Amino acid sequence: MEYRLIVGLEIHAELKTNTKIFCSCSTEFTRNENINCCPICLGMPGTLPTLNKKVVEYAIKAGIGLNSKIQENSTMDRKNYFYPDLTKAYQITQLYKPLCIGGYIELENKKINLKRIHIEEDAGKTTYVKDVRKLNYNRSGIPLIEIVTEPEITNAQEAVLFLEKLKAILKSLDICDCKMEEGSIRCDVNINIESRNKKSVSNIVEIKNLNSFKAVQRSILYEEKRHKELLAKNHNTLKETRQWDESNNVTRSMRKKEDSQDYRYFPEPDILNIEVKKELIEEIRKSIGELPTDKIRRFKKDYGLSDDKIDKLIKDREYSSFFERIGAVNNNYNKIANFIIEIMIPVLKENKKGIEDISANEKHISTLLELNYNNIINSNELKNAFIYMCSSENNPDEIIKKLSKSKFIDEEELLKEVKRILEENKKIVEDYKAGKEKVVGYLMGCVMKEFKSKVNPKSAKNTIINELRKN
Amino acid sequence: MEVYYKSIKDIKKLLYNKEISSKELTINLLKKINERNEKLNAFITINERAIIEAERVNEKIKKDKEVHILTGIPYSLKDNIITKGILTTCGSAMLKDFIPTYDSTVNMILKDGILIGKTNLDEFGMGDSTKTSFYGVTKNPWNLKKVPGGSSGGSATAVAAGLSFYSLGSDTGGSIRQPAAFCGVVGLKPTYGLISRNGLISYGSSLDTIGPITRYVEDCAIVLNSIVDHDKLDSTSHKKNKIDYLKNLNKGIKNFTIGIPKEYFKDTLNPSIRNKIMDIIKQLEKRGAIIKEVSLPHTSYGIFSYYNIAKAEASLNLARFDGIRYGTFKNYDSIDEMYIKNRSDNFGTQVKKSISMGTYFLLKENYKDYYKKATLMRTLIKSDFEKVFKDVDILITPVTSSEAPYIDEKPDVNYDNDLLTININLAGVPAISVPCGKINNMPVGLQIIGDYFKEEKILRCAKIVESIRGKYEWNTDL
Repeated sequence: MEYRLIVGLEIHAELKTNTKIFCSCSTEFTRNENINCCPICLGMPGTLPTLNKKVVEYAIKAGIGLNSKIQENSTMDRKNYFYPDLTKAYQITQLYKPLCIGGYIELENKKINLKRIHIEEDAGKTTYVKDVRKLNYNRSGIPLIEIVTEPEITNAQEAVLFLEKLKAILKSLDICDCKMEEGSIRCDVNINIESRNKKSVSNIVEIKNLNSFKAVQRSILYEEKRHKELLAKNHNTLKETRQWDESNNVTRSMRKKEDSQDYRYFPEPDILNIEVKKELIEEIRKSIGELPTDKIRRFKKDYGLSDDKIDKLIKDREYSSFFERIGAVNNNYNKIANFIIEIMIPVLKENKKGIEDISANEKHISTLLELNYNNIINSNELKNAFIYMCSSENNPDEIIKKLSKSKFIDEEELLKEVKRILEENKKIVEDYKAGKEKVVGYLMGCVMKEFKSKVNPKSAKNTIINELRKN
Repeated sequence: MEVYYKSIKDIKKLLYNKEISSKELTINLLKKINERNEKLNAFITINERAIIEAERVNEKIKKDKEVHILTGIPYSLKDNIITKGILTTCGSAMLKDFIPTYDSTVNMILKDGILIGKTNLDEFGMGDSTKTSFYGVTKNPWNLKKVPGGSSGGSATAVAAGLSFYSLGSDTGGSIRQPAAFCGVVGLKPTYGLISRNGLISYGSSLDTIGPITRYVEDCAIVLNSIVDHDKLDSTSHKKNKIDYLKNLNKGIKNFTIGIPKEYFKDTLNPSIRNKIMDIIKQLEKRGAIIKEVSLPHTSYGIFSYYNIAKAEASLNLARFDGIRYGTFKNYDSIDEMYIKNRSDNFGTQVKKSISMGTYFLLKENYKDYYKKATLMRTLIKSDFEKVFKDVDILITPVTSSEAPYIDEKPDVNYDNDLLTININLAGVPAISVPCGKINNMPVGLQIIGDYFKEEKILRCAKIVESIRGKYEWNTDL
């Protein structure tokens, strides 16, 4: 029996605003518990929520970047359930009229459509210390966008590609840090399978507690197998929520979705309609400039880079524009991309610097890359040279001069050496004249052995061939 | 007249002419409260800091001639209004230890007034008798065997018994107007959104309004002038330009068109109340008003609409009271048990009934037939008022269908009383209850309803009703 896999994702992303969604508490990460709290986000009696305008603007940005339709009128609703980390015993979210409807993300061969994007508040954080439940309300009231896809993902790999692309887009818009390990982006999976003839369908299962993109992938593979096995035996999956157990690579039953909780949604009376004027949407669209999806397409077409390299480059507007500046003077696009991704970004991050701290310009970097490309400097030396260039006191021209100089041997010296080798190997010259081109390689070997890395292989080769022809 | 029954203007005069100091006044008032509160039970908490505040304000009055009119004048707040550093109980065991670290907007506005105490109320504002409070029953000062009405019963009693120069109550379905009527004082429910709800412990968020309870109409205008302001912390607060409600207060009602909605004068209306109100209306006509019979055809939808919306909103507003962070906590094995048992122990019966009702209305399978339907009915009720105010300036109706019941009387099963007040909350329009006379020595109230933000017109008419009624003998022999 052949089955097709049906997967939909529900992603929650924390928005990087300075203050929370309904109060003016800071959203800054801190190790001190219960310090970024106030009567409003603690849900104390008599307090009222007031909507943070920036949250709406960031959500609109997400909607534009994800090709959604921004609704000019949307409302907030109360979702009721009792849990210690939910201070009001209801979450203010958007059910009936979300801020964005539809949208899509383009993968290599297909589009994954979105159902909606809406804004809501986060709850506090529960941690367990022995058998004590500890509550930290710093997170209570942090603004979130919830992105819901249509159930159009058909395999585990696709889910990860989707998430990578989503991460690249949200980071490029500078509205979310997208660090799954830190919880600034979270993903739940809705999964089931259906037979070719549609007669055999498994019940939809929700998977929670996924802490990495890899976990998303593994859990989908595990669940797909579990569904297939059950259907094969003429059983079925329960419609339920399951938790991903990272250490054992399995999903475990959490609670049944069948007697699924009735959240008793109803319109939030304390917050009025959210009216978004066309002018605001235009203003935000202009401030984004080139849309992430357009940039992705353009990079693919103009630079021929692979999907995952593009995703990494566009995450930060500064990185991608730096890439383009170097690309304007050097057409080894792949090498430039590799340099930025593997060397530049880690070095900057490690030294807590930004592009503005680099004293080198694109020409300097291009030259460095050429030196490396021509084996005059190896990758380690390239990295160190770049680190040197990250200090504003250091002059990039000087180090390039230094590296080039120490590497280059004189043309004359090279010629002298080539002539000497040819003298010592008269037979080789004869072989060359007889048509054995291979001998060039052998001669190259001798030259390189002599000068090690101090000679440019290209010029060595040219010199050898010239001399051979002369003779 | 005894000093404790003076109007705000008169007591201000005494204070500023140094005939009495704020401190003296406060000390004497506290004495009076201590004497009378045992009988009346109007106050849950008496502010121990009142005398210190009075001293502070004394200094201010001495230095600055141009102080605010309410400076130094003792007032009280219904105990569902947050007061920083002062116990705020909502009449419930759930909040019996709750001392807020933050303040309500109205209390901050009145910071130079002297908060004398927090008044009793039906638990969480749910009720019309002030019998459901965890802190006991409040008595009507005109007859201690009768209820003062509710839920702002404590506030109305305090003002009527000379224990506050004014009070602020809250009105979700008539909770200012009805007790004002039963206690013979003025109670105004302003337009929804005129007064900040920040710091008012929510019952029905789309219905709740804070409003003044005073002995005189002019006092009501004075208090209104002070507490009206746009508040950033309340998204439902209106941005309208402030107006001076005293400016045209005495201009009379000549050429006002007054509508008499027939749905508010049912056969079940107590005939004495009906006669009293009709008398006043005739008098108003003599003074130049044009009387017109009108109709608010969807009035009877009010019961279904109000109860669905109010109880649904209440069930969610009260969900935060988990019995763990608030109330007396007992440990149980599971979280669910903790919530269920502690909440049950700390909430009174009426509140539990309300929460159950509200929860039921919001169940997925009921949403369409109950809550959603209720909101559609609400739109119709609103449009009734919008239509009628195209033809009339104000409406006059009774406030209550019957006299104040006895405390040990079985509660009224029919909803006649509710129907006189709840539609005003559903629509969000303003309305005032002004005492228009007495029946069997018990006060009777007359309700004047106005269009959105037309409190000025309501107050002008109320002033005339007050003058028609004549001087009031406050019951001072308690």
